[in-house]
Amino acid sequence: MTREMTGAKMIVQALRDQGVDTVFGYPGGAVLPIYDEIFLQNDIRHILVRHEQGAVHAAEGYARSTGKPGVVIVTSGPGATNAVTGLTDALLDSIPLVVLTGQVPTFMIGSDAFQEADTVGITRPCTKHNWLVKDTDKLSSTIHEGFHVATSGRPGPVLIDVPKDVQFATGTYQPPKPSASHYQPIVKGDMEEITELVAAIETAKRPVFYTGGGVINSGPAASQLLRELVEATGFPITSTLMGLGAYPASGKQWLGMLGMHGLYEANMAMHGCDLMINIGARFDDRITGRIDAFSPKSIKAHIDIDPSSINKVIKTDIPIVGDVAHVLEDILKVWKSRGRKVNHEAIAKWQGQVEEWRSVKCLTYATSETTIKPQYALERLEALTKDRNRYITTEVGQHQMWAAQFLGFEDPNRWMTSGGLGTMGYGTPASIGVQIAHPDALVINVAGEASWLMNMQEMGTATQYNLPVKQFILNNERLGMVRQWQELLHGERYSQSWSEALPDFVKLAEAFGAKGILCTDPKDLDDAIMEMLDYDGPVIFDCLVEKHENCFPMIPSGKAHNEMLLGQAETQGVIQSSGAVLV
Amino acid sequence: MSALHIKKGATKHSAYNLRPNFSDTQERHTITVLVENEPGVLARVIGLFAGRGYNIDSLTVAEVDHTGHLSRITIVTTGTPQVIEQIKAQLGRIVPVHEVTDLTVAGPFVERELAILKVVGDGEKRVEALRLADIFRAKVVDSTLHSFMFELTGAPDKIDAFADLMRPLGLTKIARTGVAALLRGE
Repeated sequence: MTREMTGAKMIVQALRDQGVDTVFGYPGGAVLPIYDEIFLQNDIRHILVRHEQGAVHAAEGYARSTGKPGVVIVTSGPGATNAVTGLTDALLDSIPLVVLTGQVPTFMIGSDAFQEADTVGITRPCTKHNWLVKDTDKLSSTIHEGFHVATSGRPGPVLIDVPKDVQFATGTYQPPKPSASHYQPIVKGDMEEITELVAAIETAKRPVFYTGGGVINSGPAASQLLRELVEATGFPITSTLMGLGAYPASGKQWLGMLGMHGLYEANMAMHGCDLMINIGARFDDRITGRIDAFSPKSIKAHIDIDPSSINKVIKTDIPIVGDVAHVLEDILKVWKSRGRKVNHEAIAKWQGQVEEWRSVKCLTYATSETTIKPQYALERLEALTKDRNRYITTEVGQHQMWAAQFLGFEDPNRWMTSGGLGTMGYGTPASIGVQIAHPDALVINVAGEASWLMNMQEMGTATQYNLPVKQFILNNERLGMVRQWQELLHGERYSQSWSEALPDFVKLAEAFGAKGILCTDPKDLDDAIMEMLDYDGPVIFDCLVEKHENCFPMIPSGKAHNEMLLGQAETQGVIQSSGAVLV
Repeated sequence: MSALHIKKGATKHSAYNLRPNFSDTQERHTITVLVENEPGVLARVIGLFAGRGYNIDSLTVAEVDHTGHLSRITIVTTGTPQVIEQIKAQLGRIVPVHEVTDLTVAGPFVERELAILKVVGDGEKRVEALRLADIFRAKVVDSTLHSFMFELTGAPDKIDAFADLMRPLGLTKIARTGVAALLRGE
């Protein structure tokens, strides 16, 4: 069935046919016809943000917590350029987004018109693909193709730039049909390589699973199959920041997160293993540390849907290009058909070694009766919320790493954080996107005060839609991670890393129509957190924490996994590097 | 991604050997990329090279299938084997890319470039230029009493050699198309 309609109507119809229930956006001159159509219908809910960057991060939060693509509508020029950070963030973390931007009319393109920007030019390197649609007849098929590209293969953001005259003009609407485009990424892995990996699994003495965001992007089936494989083999498993929740934190084989601020047992297992099975991770530099000292004695298998991830950083012995769920299914099938073999004796010994590393208790920190330690705040938050239907977003910095260390994730899609790009200001809008998708869930943004200020205007969105998002701010009045690096690497010269002239967060909350809670004493913390949880509405929780706490363990730049600083969380003074380096 | 022939590509039997065999030696590779001829596709390819710090020694592009709207981009690039593999994999990720072929790996191929050279001179030099042009099978496409314009087709090193010879004979301007290349055989 095809129908004649205006481009603007087509956009709404195409979104409806793609199953979109929510869009995040901000109107402006070049998208007025689309907003007119949004006004005239009730199927698609439009969430009005306060800044276009917020719209994109909110859509990311929506996408990551639901597995569905997030949709954004913004205007031309500044609307589009404000979306660039969000697009880049989504590209680096492989989050499916469809971003529609308005553009000046086709006959004005190139004339430096008001609010004109070369949007497809600017966003070419920060989208998976983008289109400028100059013909209304091609608009609907382009949008459908946009959803196809955003969600297939390695997911990512796409952008569709629609000039205003194309929105006004009438054309023929094409309903979605199976994509006829040549872009059809392969999802099944090569059986020969899979068989080779199974053979390696059967004989490995010190194996480790190293999983990443690819498991979560592959969908719930991938996490299920991963759990089955991990339980059946008894191999220990670690995960990147992006992959937390694919395997439950309460699972027996769980090592915790790995990498620069990963757990001792996870990094030591990576360093000492003889078989590394990378599932949907990409050997990011925050994971590998020093490349030439990275896991020197292991055979490395790498499962990734993106061929360019393989051998990009680390040489791979068993490369498997394919979708995680498909590949895991085949691995299990082959492994079972060959008799479910593992080297039990060696694995038991390896598990013993892992337990020894675990007993180091690398997350130990110096407790305090008088000051709230950020780790303590997160431990209490975990204890008081872990049994709830909970989603966590974060900003970027020390609090993000502590959240990854101290909060446990039992399921995928429960943890939304800016991993690849490290975007301060991500968490608040992301929490809004998550809450929109899960109105009855508990959504907490674990934040630092500096990051939080970067997109605090989105509190207006939270109060407008009465979204009970909890902004849990670990306020150390510092750019904590910058301060930590300055302390460790720049001779304690704390250049510009203080948050001076901070607002009164309680008054700020009230100004936004939210509830503000200030907590300064560890003895009050539980009650204050309960007060936050019990309040039916948005809360800004100003948790004044120790100002000079450093985040440990830490693999300093240029060091190997077994050169972690464990630092006994001494809060004052210099880290004596010779003493703190643990070999 | 069909562009990378992953069915074969994920194994050791393919031209796109995903198994590492890395060395630090710089290799020159001629890669052809079949792309949908849509706006911005060349910018995507060039942007990829610029953004990721790869070299472009030569690049040519033209539509080769007017009904299917397909263009062939021929890129000559230099890099270590790991970089070359990355270049091919990254090209394969670009959505409008249909096919990436590394001619240097895939087998014997023909590589041609066209050049137009202007040589200004009189007397013996003018005669010598014409004689050398004959040896190189360069065509005279324009002439004045004091100059020739030669058209020459061949592998890039042949054009380099011809240009080197023309320089002392009065070479003033040269325009080159960059390399076009195809695999030999069926």
